[in-house]
Amino acid sequence: MFRNQYDTDVTTWSPAGRLFQVEYAMEAVKQGSAAIGLRSATHVVLATVNKATSELSSHQKKIFKVDDHIGVAIAGLTADGRVLSRYLRNECINHSFVYESPLPVARLVVQLADKAQVCTQRSWKRPYGVGLLVAGLDENGAHLYYNCPSGNYFEYQAFAIGSRSQAAKTYLERRFDNFEKYSREELIKDGIFAVKETLQGEKLTNSICTVAIVGVGEPFHIIDPQTVQQVIESFDIGEEAPAAVEEGGPAPEAEAAPMDI
Amino acid sequence: MEWAKDNIRANAIAPGLILTPLAKTVSDFHRWNPYVTGTSVLGLKYKDGIILAADMGGSYGSTLRYKSVERLKPIGKHTILGASGEISDFQEILRYLDELIIYDLMWDDGNSLGPKEVHSYLNRVMYNRRNKFNPLWNSLVVGGVKNGQKYLGMVGMIGTHYEDNHVATGFGNHLARPIMRAEWHEDMSFEDAVKLLEKCLLVLLYRDRSAINKFQIAKITKDGVTISEPYALKTFWGFSAFQNPSKGAEGSW
Repeated sequence: MFRNQYDTDVTTWSPAGRLFQVEYAMEAVKQGSAAIGLRSATHVVLATVNKATSELSSHQKKIFKVDDHIGVAIAGLTADGRVLSRYLRNECINHSFVYESPLPVARLVVQLADKAQVCTQRSWKRPYGVGLLVAGLDENGAHLYYNCPSGNYFEYQAFAIGSRSQAAKTYLERRFDNFEKYSREELIKDGIFAVKETLQGEKLTNSICTVAIVGVGEPFHIIDPQTVQQVIESFDIGEEAPAAVEEGGPAPEAEAAPMDI
Repeated sequence: MEWAKDNIRANAIAPGLILTPLAKTVSDFHRWNPYVTGTSVLGLKYKDGIILAADMGGSYGSTLRYKSVERLKPIGKHTILGASGEISDFQEILRYLDELIIYDLMWDDGNSLGPKEVHSYLNRVMYNRRNKFNPLWNSLVVGGVKNGQKYLGMVGMIGTHYEDNHVATGFGNHLARPIMRAEWHEDMSFEDAVKLLEKCLLVLLYRDRSAINKFQIAKITKDGVTISEPYALKTFWGFSAFQNPSKGAEGSW
């Protein structure tokens, strides 16, 4: 059998100029259940798909409040996500303590990215196996960032990560031109619609979807499940519409990915 | 213990001085009291921003030792700082702030610290030092404008802090604040604000033996910081109270 000689160590280059361990970590993000973010001029909405590992268990938390003005949604290794959330909370609270003002979102994201980057350059470490959508509000308005295990980060108007996120991205790409002037209700609605796109025919209920928002005059909070259910019902998006045309063949996994367990 | 033995030497230099684990040597004690000091700083809000005023004297004890000490400094783009108290401690504070502002700039992300953040930071520094029983011997006035918001606050040497429409340190708190309380009003013009500050400075010059007749005024607006050249005020020493200072206070010194 052929074996990849260049993937046993994060710091080892392949002759093609790739770092396989880092790419594997990026792959972990794709396997996690989906997380979606979208932004208007004043608000950011995060929405996630919750997969319970068994009928008997509850699902894992995928949205974390970092501070009043910042929250994250994660896809990938939940345990890594929690560790990074704690780091983000620490950075925010230390900044508030010293300066009595909220930490600008752009700074938090850079610090997070630098932390992830270190793990791609140390032989005794491993990259974080989690992608984070960071939603926040600061002096410069609302922001949505994506931080990945490679240490890269990007700012987005709208984005989706995790399994079958391509369907949500396609949906968002069709509509993002108008997001800037959206009201918070419209953002929430499109967030939930985008979540639905990733479900591939599965019934959408508030039990498999968490939605959170942050915006002007509104600290980061998870929208309560009843409200989410009302939105689902009012737009009649609970039941299945004709299945979206699959782009890259059928998604293999109907069950929770290993990292959700 | 080594420091205990030094007590004999310490007592010879300064009778009554006792060494402790916190002040192990005689030189540690130099930090416990100020050497070269500046007197009051005044500050107030006006229509377009903040004005600070201070004289340029540096006293070595009660000797007026230095005459060109700049005690008003710009901090970053949105803040001005005025200091009374130990001049070298102020210089150390300026070093901290230089580092802070450069570090802030190095993020290169368009965010910058405003007067509120600088005020809070200084409060942390001052309070932290007092907790080490080694305070920075200053009263600081922080003023600034950011995002159209005016800000004026004060930090004392042990971390006391507050915000107000007008502030003054040291003697100014006793002699200038009452005048400012009576005459300050919202939306003062620059000219009126300077006139009010100069009235206060003159009272301080007459009654505060550490004050000298050489002043600077610093102004900050949304357009930036301007610090004036040093200038003197016209004085009149012919008041009868000055001619016969102990009149009406028989029996005192």
